[in-house]
Amino acid sequence: MTPQRSTRHTTPLSRLTSHLALPLLPLPLTTARVLTAGGAALTLLSTFLAWTWTTAFPGNLTVTGYPGGLQVLTLTGAALTLALLLATTGLPGLRRLNPSRRHTATVHLAAGTFATTWYTLGAIAIRLGGLVNLEPGGYVAGAASLVALVGALALPADRTGPPLPPRPLPAWAEILLIAAVFGLALSVLTYGIGTAYGELFTGFLLLTGFTTAALFATGLGSRFTALAHRHRRVTLTAALVAAVLFPLTQDTDEYTLIIVNILIFSTVALGLNVVVGLAGLLDLGYVAFLGVGAYTAALVSGTTASTLHVHFPFWAAVLTGAAVSLAFGVVIGAPTLRLRGDYLAIVTLGFGEIFRIAVGNLNGESGPSLTNGPNGIPNIPDLVLFGYDFGTPHSLAGLTLTPFANYYLLMLLFTVLVILVFSRAGNSRIGRAWVAIREDETAATAMGINGFRLKLVAFALGATLAGLAGTVQAHVSYTVVPEQYVFAGPVPPNSAFLLAAVILGGMGTITGPLLGAALLYLIPAKLQFLQDYQLLAFGVALILLMRFRPEGIIPSRRQQLEFHESEAGADAGTGTGTTTGRGPGPDGIRLTKAEA
Amino acid sequence: MTTTTTAAPVLTATGVTMRFGGLTAVHAVDLTVHEGQIVGLIGPNGAGKTTFFNCLTGLYVPTEGTVTYRDRVLPAKPHLVTQAGIARTFQNIRLFANMTVLENVLVGRHTRTKEGLFSALLRGPAFRRAERASEDRAMELLSFTGLTAKRDHLARNLPYGEQRKLEIARALASEPGLLLLDEPTAGMNPQETRATEELVTAIRDRGTAVLVIEHDMRFIFNLCDHVAVLVQGEKLVEGTPETVQRDERVVAAYLGTPFEGAPGREEIAEVEAAEAHAAEETDR
Repeated sequence: MTPQRSTRHTTPLSRLTSHLALPLLPLPLTTARVLTAGGAALTLLSTFLAWTWTTAFPGNLTVTGYPGGLQVLTLTGAALTLALLLATTGLPGLRRLNPSRRHTATVHLAAGTFATTWYTLGAIAIRLGGLVNLEPGGYVAGAASLVALVGALALPADRTGPPLPPRPLPAWAEILLIAAVFGLALSVLTYGIGTAYGELFTGFLLLTGFTTAALFATGLGSRFTALAHRHRRVTLTAALVAAVLFPLTQDTDEYTLIIVNILIFSTVALGLNVVVGLAGLLDLGYVAFLGVGAYTAALVSGTTASTLHVHFPFWAAVLTGAAVSLAFGVVIGAPTLRLRGDYLAIVTLGFGEIFRIAVGNLNGESGPSLTNGPNGIPNIPDLVLFGYDFGTPHSLAGLTLTPFANYYLLMLLFTVLVILVFSRAGNSRIGRAWVAIREDETAATAMGINGFRLKLVAFALGATLAGLAGTVQAHVSYTVVPEQYVFAGPVPPNSAFLLAAVILGGMGTITGPLLGAALLYLIPAKLQFLQDYQLLAFGVALILLMRFRPEGIIPSRRQQLEFHESEAGADAGTGTGTTTGRGPGPDGIRLTKAEA
Repeated sequence: MTTTTTAAPVLTATGVTMRFGGLTAVHAVDLTVHEGQIVGLIGPNGAGKTTFFNCLTGLYVPTEGTVTYRDRVLPAKPHLVTQAGIARTFQNIRLFANMTVLENVLVGRHTRTKEGLFSALLRGPAFRRAERASEDRAMELLSFTGLTAKRDHLARNLPYGEQRKLEIARALASEPGLLLLDEPTAGMNPQETRATEELVTAIRDRGTAVLVIEHDMRFIFNLCDHVAVLVQGEKLVEGTPETVQRDERVVAAYLGTPFEGAPGREEIAEVEAAEAHAAEETDR
């Protein structure tokens, strides 16, 4: 029989809950609706009350009459719950909010509101030292959100009516819709990055997570996916415009630096995804290739600390960095890729460590003088491209581009390049051969695929892409030191985090590693209190993820296909199955590209 | 159809021997497959059929002997063997489970296309043309095997019989001159077996010679122009299905020789008749 991976069959959260025969609580329908609506409304109102007496808890939750900080999140959640409940009940104006006509989405939102509210109350109690610090408003919020959740859990599983077919829209309206969704996504992301304290960020993650699940439960998510797929170019442009506009929405450099680092991290993760996601080669020392690129760029950057007294123009530095990484990739890959199984993982793990220790010793005492040892190469000058100095702020039509914004835009260019390489290589004869090797190497060779050669191509391509990112990283961080390129450490990118980003986000996809890298960068950056337990927390998170969602947050097209196939029978009428019937386009571009 | 001695040989194996340490799995086997032939390879379990197959496809390097395909000695690398023109299926289906049906067949096109990484990255007109041509060819094979409607399904979600068909379609995509089928009807019901018979005949009629390992004697004797029997690593008999069917050594190899106090001929005949009857019943 075919080799079946039973773990792959685990269903996403939304399906899981819809399969739990709702309602969980036996209450009459009217009671359930009244409880949910009343609870949500009361929660909404409670955010206008004071939840605590002192402003010692950040965000100022002491004002009656105006919500602040975490209260805004609860307010949003409660309002959405209420709207969705009314939509599902069939309120004419709101019906379109929930085309699937199921209560699942309402349950998700009620749970999200409950989680955010109770998390806030818990955080207040813990930070200020006891429940006495809660004002009556806090108790009202807690009770009301609990009531709403209880009511939602008692809502029936059946549809309240036939699912609504998608309403045909004129093309311009669809394009406007795409633009609006991207605008919304950009502002949500900006809000998340701009959250001033850890509690707010946690609340933000909780609410966003549940709301996203709810969005897909309503069927709006898959409709938007279909829409984006129809207008692929528009979607890609919108994503790009949103990304380009980001630094202009920031007036300080603080968050631009975060996002430029996220971009470096996610570009490297995407490069690793070629190796791990497409060709199925486990590379545990990938960050070393980033290091090779960064060190090469630093050495030829013209810094006084460089032992090579040369100053290459940036384009030449990029090419050199990529070429040196490529050479290392071939040297590491050629002897090991002939073997199957775990040998590659062991060798790459070793290479990662050897690289770090070697550059730490090439200081003229323990070895040849090249890298200044543990001190690294400091004072890497700012880039100057065509007379454009990246190190100084530039004014552009009344908006200011800070130095990090300059680097952000440069890095964005590299990210787009890597995305392009990933999607084009993945969706070609070579990419299919990679996936075939990952699936079954014996069968792939029997189909005429030269396994060793193709694996080497994947490995070398991955190394080159990491080297490219490294050349920019050297200039962004101004200094390269060996300790930036460890196997596992508190600061991403490191090999373990890169791999985690790929797996967490979704192997073989474009958006997956981007999202995974963003989360893995933001969570440790925002939640300082996690510092000591960070690796433990990641271990736990990965185990939970492997148990409940082995395909990652964003499943690859193949897994999506499987999802649609099994849902096709149940959901045939909702229009969510639109991608099932649709084959690859004439140019063979598939969903993976649209996911960008 | 009888053996066409005038046709050129597609595959010639001479004195193929395979030893694993002290164990000789295949010993000095000669076999020739001519153009337009369906050749059957039968034998009890553990006779070395699959080992012999693996020697032909380059998965194993034979300890002794040579294998030539259209007068060229085959290289000892599976992917080069496929490139030369021999495609195979596996005893236990080995599809690319998480790829779609169409993609599985497209992977089979690998050796007949040349587009490398750079042409994939640049996406020039030549690349698009080649991709289109590959897809057309793959779709043609899917319609040949009756899988057109399933093109976007994941291979692992296909029913068993269709997985077998897909494996054949994937092998045919490499435009082989010789197709090796390793137990293509294993686990199939009689209807599916019959459909496979028709498919194999159709493949032969398209001009691809077929070498098939099988346990289903009815299938072998219906289909093959030529049958070889492998017992304990050695070729016992070879010839037309009729010759092989009548050979007592073959019966002995499968059922064993009568021991002392064995049931008399009448009894055996009785049992065989009952079995034949039962087989007909189940086939119906």
